[in-house]
Amino acid sequence: MTAFMTWLENQLAENSIFTLQTLSYYGDGLTTTVQLVFLSLVIGLIAAVPLAIGRGSKHGWIKWPIFVYTYVFRGTPLLIQLYLIYYGVVFVDGIQETWLWVILEKPFVPALIAFTLNTAAYTTEIFRGAIKSTSKGEIEAARAYGMSPRQTMRRIIIPSAFRRALPAYGNEVIFMLHASAIASVVTIMDLTGAARFVYARYYAPFEAFLFVAAIYLCLTFTILYFFRYLEKKLLAHLQPQTS
Amino acid sequence: MKKLLSVSLLGLAIAASAAQAQEDQIRIGVDVPYEPMEYRTPDGELTGFDIDLGNALCERIGVECEWVVQGWDGIIPGLMARKYDAIMSSMTINDDRREQVLFSDPYITPPSAWFAPEGTDIDATNEESLAGMTIGVQRGTLQDNYVTDMYGDVADINRYSTADDMVLDMESERLDILFLDYPVGKSTLLDSEEGDYVVVGEMLTEPKEYFGDGFGIAFRQRDEALAEQFNEALAEVQEDGTYDEIYNRYFGGEE
Amino acid sequence: MIDLQGYGPRLIEGAGVTIQLAVLSLILAIILGLLTASAKMSRSWFAHRLATLYTTLIRGVPDLVLMMLFFFGGQIGVNMITDWLYYSFDIDIFVNINAFVAGVVTIGLIFGAYMGETFRGAFMAVDNGQIEAGKAYGMSDGLVFRRIRFPQMMRHALPGLSNNWMVLLKTTALVSVIGLSDMVRVASEASKATREPFTFMIIVALIYLLIASVSEWIFARLQKRYDIGYAEAD
Repeated sequence: MTAFMTWLENQLAENSIFTLQTLSYYGDGLTTTVQLVFLSLVIGLIAAVPLAIGRGSKHGWIKWPIFVYTYVFRGTPLLIQLYLIYYGVVFVDGIQETWLWVILEKPFVPALIAFTLNTAAYTTEIFRGAIKSTSKGEIEAARAYGMSPRQTMRRIIIPSAFRRALPAYGNEVIFMLHASAIASVVTIMDLTGAARFVYARYYAPFEAFLFVAAIYLCLTFTILYFFRYLEKKLLAHLQPQTS
Repeated sequence: MKKLLSVSLLGLAIAASAAQAQEDQIRIGVDVPYEPMEYRTPDGELTGFDIDLGNALCERIGVECEWVVQGWDGIIPGLMARKYDAIMSSMTINDDRREQVLFSDPYITPPSAWFAPEGTDIDATNEESLAGMTIGVQRGTLQDNYVTDMYGDVADINRYSTADDMVLDMESERLDILFLDYPVGKSTLLDSEEGDYVVVGEMLTEPKEYFGDGFGIAFRQRDEALAEQFNEALAEVQEDGTYDEIYNRYFGGEE
Repeated sequence: MIDLQGYGPRLIEGAGVTIQLAVLSLILAIILGLLTASAKMSRSWFAHRLATLYTTLIRGVPDLVLMMLFFFGGQIGVNMITDWLYYSFDIDIFVNINAFVAGVVTIGLIFGAYMGETFRGAFMAVDNGQIEAGKAYGMSDGLVFRRIRFPQMMRHALPGLSNNWMVLLKTTALVSVIGLSDMVRVASEASKATREPFTFMIIVALIYLLIASVSEWIFARLQKRYDIGYAEAD
């Protein structure tokens, strides 16, 4: 390891931009980006399941608020949502004196809230579409077996909707990764933040941004192949038979 | 496909640069807001020390100043690209930048200063007192470079695109301390929020490696004649009191 | 009434910038999308590869990073060419990659890649028999494209097109980060100067929702128009 580090250091001594120092900015940025995206996706996914079921509820007081929420969060830019949450929390009177401020003071949690609300809105609609397209035959079969509507939802509709939602959800994951680049606007040193810093310090746009673009590209491909693998596993029964 | 692409790109670019330079006009790049050096009134008009001084210099030379607003990140590349002919935007003269642009004589030499809320625990600015603090700077400024190199390992550094963003986060208590050009901090924190903020530690003009030799107007290396014209005009306005009048307009009442 | 503290006119100007930017990038995206779709369906190995490379690269990198690359890097790239012209031939032209151009080019390039997929699927959905019938009537390739393939393709492309437009509209907000005075930028400057983030940001959010709703209605009308002759479909 030490030998590798000295080798790397010698290699890097050749150029003025990619020093160990700047590479560590990119490294930290990568960690921040992955944390931010992963956490918001997981929380958003968990929230989206009940929201998607509620969105199809017969009761207006459940259905309409969820509809308005998804409409507003899908209809406005994430950047505005981020601004509103980051600068907005400050205007809650006396928030600086409460324990909440400890977590809201740093930009990470406000950004996480904005990203989570945003992805939950999109994921809700993706699931909603998948639930709606459950074939009638499956539901009727479940009923014929004497399952209650609740059981049908849990055992039949949700598992099959999950599978059908997979390709669309894969796109949403990539979309979130790309959308997370705006975190740098509220001073988070994510991947894009690191690139902006390196650019501003060395006036080297090509090096700074092409390098970060390559990292994003790798991340995108990793996600893409992961979902292809999942689809192959989980949707095998829907593929045309090959002989 | 490639051909069509490049043609349409060129079309766009030309359409966007339709406002070409005229002979009796000098285009000057400026980054706003940076109160009181350069900022906008609510109806969008540019004002500030640099703007007024720049207009006075242009008048002396007998040309018209056309101000081009450009974010700080891209302000030197923009000059190289002939988007404008000069930069007058609180730019500190230092060796790094001298390699890329030609500077006029310095027209003002303000120090950099640390600002913190009244009653702060930070009493001096050294590694010990700043450890664990969140420091605000504007991205790509000499203050950014200085803080990054001196305190990057011990403190959190938040980098902002504009001075306004930074002040807002200071007011919402997200920052413990910020480091910027003294006149800007004075105008946005000391004057407009009377008594809430104080200057901490020493104001810095050294080492020159970071803090340079005052603010200068930047030109492309080959435009020596233009720089000379501005230097002469600057000497004239300093002589006849115009400079003092503008100075007092923005920094009046200062010691 | 809400107090805009003198920022009203600039906010309206900003909304104008947003709409111009969105419409111009949409046009560029449609042109690129049609080209990409044709390249992907063409028999030329090279065109096919080029189009695939373009869509893969563009869709793998965040919009904001691409925008900064074009805005900051594009200028330097163009400079190298203009500097060379200046020093070799004394031709002093300057091509300005300002935030607006960078925005239109980037958004156009990004959505061109998505449009390419939309159009390709739509073209393939047009029945081959129709095209053969057109040729049998003695129509030229261009005429077949204009009278048969394009109108029928549009019917299939519209839902995807409308979807892309909605995403594109929201993407325009990113130009505020590279310094273009669109309505998000104006609102963010105003809210910082007046210390009132809610007023301005919520107004801008409402304008976005309004534009989205109006475009939804327009697309519904268009769909009806291109659905003519398919009354029984669906």
